[in-house]
Amino acid sequence: MSYRNRELANLLVVGVITGFGFASVYIARQDVISASSLSYGIFFLCLYAVAHVVTRFTVPNADPYILPLGGLLTAVGVTEIYRINPQDALRQSIWIVIGLLAFTGTLVLLRRDYRVLETYKYICGLGAVGLLVMPALPGLGQRVNGARLWIHVGGLQIQPGEFAKLLLIVFLAGYLREKREVLAQGRLKDLGPLLLIWGAAMLVLLETSDLGSALLYFGIFLAVTYVATGRGLYVGGGLAMFAAGATAVYKWGPSRVHQRVDAWLDPWHYVHTIGYQTAQGLYSIANGQFGGTGLGKGTFADTAGNVLIPDLKTDMIFSALAQELGLIGISAFLLVYMVFALRGFRIAMIAEDGFSKLLAVGLTFGFAFQTFIIVGGILRLIPLTGITLPFVSYGGSSIVANFVVLAGLLLVSDRAQVRTA
Amino acid sequence: MNDRIRRIAVVGVALLAALIVGSTYWQTWAEGELSARRDNAIQLVAQFKIDRGDIHAGALVLAQNRVVKTRGQTFYFRTYPHKKLAADIVGYSTQGRSRAGIERSLNDYLTSSNSDLHTLLTRIANSFEGATVRGNSVWLTLVPGAQYLAQQALGSECGAAVALDVKTGKVLVMATSPTYDPNLVEHHFDQIGKTQAHCAGPAPLINRATAGLYVPGSSFKLVTAAAALESGQFTPSSPFFDPGYCIEFGKHVNNFALESGGPEQFGNVTLAQGLQHSINSVFCNVGKKLGATKILDQAKKFGFYSTPNLETPPEEQRTSGLYNCDKHGRCRLFFPQHDYQVDPGRLAFGQERLQVTPLQMAMVAAAIGNGGVVMHPYVVDKITKPGGGVLQTTKPKALGRAISPQTASELTTMMESVVTGGTGTAAQIPGVRVAGKTGTGETSIPGVNQAWFVCFAPADNPRIAVAVTLENQLHKTGGEVAAPIAKSILEALLKQPTA
Repeated sequence: MSYRNRELANLLVVGVITGFGFASVYIARQDVISASSLSYGIFFLCLYAVAHVVTRFTVPNADPYILPLGGLLTAVGVTEIYRINPQDALRQSIWIVIGLLAFTGTLVLLRRDYRVLETYKYICGLGAVGLLVMPALPGLGQRVNGARLWIHVGGLQIQPGEFAKLLLIVFLAGYLREKREVLAQGRLKDLGPLLLIWGAAMLVLLETSDLGSALLYFGIFLAVTYVATGRGLYVGGGLAMFAAGATAVYKWGPSRVHQRVDAWLDPWHYVHTIGYQTAQGLYSIANGQFGGTGLGKGTFADTAGNVLIPDLKTDMIFSALAQELGLIGISAFLLVYMVFALRGFRIAMIAEDGFSKLLAVGLTFGFAFQTFIIVGGILRLIPLTGITLPFVSYGGSSIVANFVVLAGLLLVSDRAQVRTA
Repeated sequence: MNDRIRRIAVVGVALLAALIVGSTYWQTWAEGELSARRDNAIQLVAQFKIDRGDIHAGALVLAQNRVVKTRGQTFYFRTYPHKKLAADIVGYSTQGRSRAGIERSLNDYLTSSNSDLHTLLTRIANSFEGATVRGNSVWLTLVPGAQYLAQQALGSECGAAVALDVKTGKVLVMATSPTYDPNLVEHHFDQIGKTQAHCAGPAPLINRATAGLYVPGSSFKLVTAAAALESGQFTPSSPFFDPGYCIEFGKHVNNFALESGGPEQFGNVTLAQGLQHSINSVFCNVGKKLGATKILDQAKKFGFYSTPNLETPPEEQRTSGLYNCDKHGRCRLFFPQHDYQVDPGRLAFGQERLQVTPLQMAMVAAAIGNGGVVMHPYVVDKITKPGGGVLQTTKPKALGRAISPQTASELTTMMESVVTGGTGTAAQIPGVRVAGKTGTGETSIPGVNQAWFVCFAPADNPRIAVAVTLENQLHKTGGEVAAPIAKSILEALLKQPTA
């Protein structure tokens, strides 16, 4: 079976799963929601069909699994958002359509050779910093939950950081492809431009209190540098810097950092204040137990209808899913992320040139590490920082950016498969 | 470069695998601990989505569900059809004020989250089906008719009455007064606070039968007499001379005062007559001879100094024994290391710093009736599965032997004489041999007594043991006010064929 036929078969399976998901929410909550929920299943089938046709024309030899996996995650996300609040699911669906347009645009624009991006690496790097600065600008930015991450453009709320991440990965891949030999030999002066752009990004993130993204960028930076240079010293030095930086920020940084760490160490001690979100998130997960309450049957609100977990549909959506899907369901859900990451790393391995490899590693590791940061934060493996769960959390910018990641991986894999075939 | 990509891939996948491990920890290992936490806002709501099991006593349903559908969710809220009947044992399950009583201690069973394998499998099957989880039902040992009668008999007095099945330790009646209507807890809690009764602190939410600590007075003479007979130094016919007082540490300890003024005097008596007429000087002399430790060791064998471990929440039960109080009124259980730390004479007739629960005194009577063997008291007869069928049945369990069968039979004879011609004649039942002991504990306020009656019947084949106590009795004795209540409870229970 050809790659694209395989992809079509996978998408059909995902479509059926999506249909079941919405049907179970409808059955469980038919007292409050209408049968129109079932139209979401058809909506997703149409979207998958469109995406599939686009890949057939632009990247015929690309990996047949990552699009269905991304589609599945998106569908799970919208199903859960729909269960929490049907109006939000409608908005999220519109963003998914926009994401699909970005996906199509990326594939069409870069279908001949995406490696032209390498030429624009410095523009990408500076662009990333520029995007990150935007929310901090007076008049443009908006503060939510103590972090300035959003800008308002014509009534739309956009989180530029989600796109800055992509530009930064392109910059890292391009720059390190060019300098990796000299860096591997230890010529530190070549680290200059890298540290400059990366350092600027980190400073902006700290200034806007976007701790989750700061951690994510740091991880991507270390992973890509390691793959490019093979020097454990850079990783060791980076981790040492991170430890020193983290300690300094904890001691002298904004009280927000201090609070997050204290709430992480003992959420129950602060259960009515800074530990509330962490504790209630864990309570929600624990309530799912082994089999889960079932889609639409979880408990997120009190008897008066007030939602009990702050940021449930965005940062904390994992705790909602874990309650309704149970250990069995949520393990399968996490395995989808794992398979997606494995496909991404495989694409990096079979890619021919250094830029493609580094680009694929950056995108894939960024995807996996972002998942770890937010879910690990909810599960109390690390302190909780606000960051979206890729493809699943409510939020337009995140959805659009992740569809571009998907397109990027498909482009790299298409080229690699043609070469190896 | 591919080796390094492989290593990074391992790191990435390991991070994601850690998330599965983390989920497993919270959803299985730590789940029970988290759901039991009081600040768990999710559980507070989720608990009411479970079709909670009923609580039964005999043919009555004491706690059942009221189904409320709101915003697409079905909630099962509690309602208590028989209101005050056994309210302090059943307790309540509310959103605003958590839970109490059996509703609290057996919450796991009532919500089917107990770790029993059958319940677990049913629960998992239910959750896969998406069906509502249904809880197990609890059946109490209480006899509703006698329970109702006991609560009526206590009336507006403050006090408690406990009846035990002598052979098994089943709690047949556990009345406390004043009590409350559990239906009021969620929305009308202030009404409970306004409850009136004949004592300074009515505290209707406290189960006085298990958590009320009182001066036992002469009812404790049963324990002293048991210690005396067990020691081999005394027999029921051991002679005493009663001048109306006993001299201890050089001072007079007087007998109970007659209303005409001055203490009663009996002259030459036996130990048996001492118990029959509740003569303090006799027991004072017994105490002096035995020493405090011997008496308290005997008390321990009856269950003093350990919690009765009834199925109600541990925090709703107190332990009987000597209590040392500091100047702030904080009291702690205390067992003397040396005899001189306790006044043995006053201990022997139930004064000193003794504090006992009505349940403990019922256990003393029941043990004497049971030939000396103390049975573990229990109030949960069985737990049934939602579809029917018994999940578990409580089996009677002996806690140990307190006294020899011979001592038990001697004490029984002595206690019968209390009812036939002593201080407890008000407990006589025509055609039934009743064995009993009165008690009139002196409180810190002169003239205000703690009235007691503990008994069992029939004396020739003991089935039921009863302890009744009333607080704040002005110049009234246990034989006058507590014995008639104990008698009516005995009568009601002896009519029951199986009790």
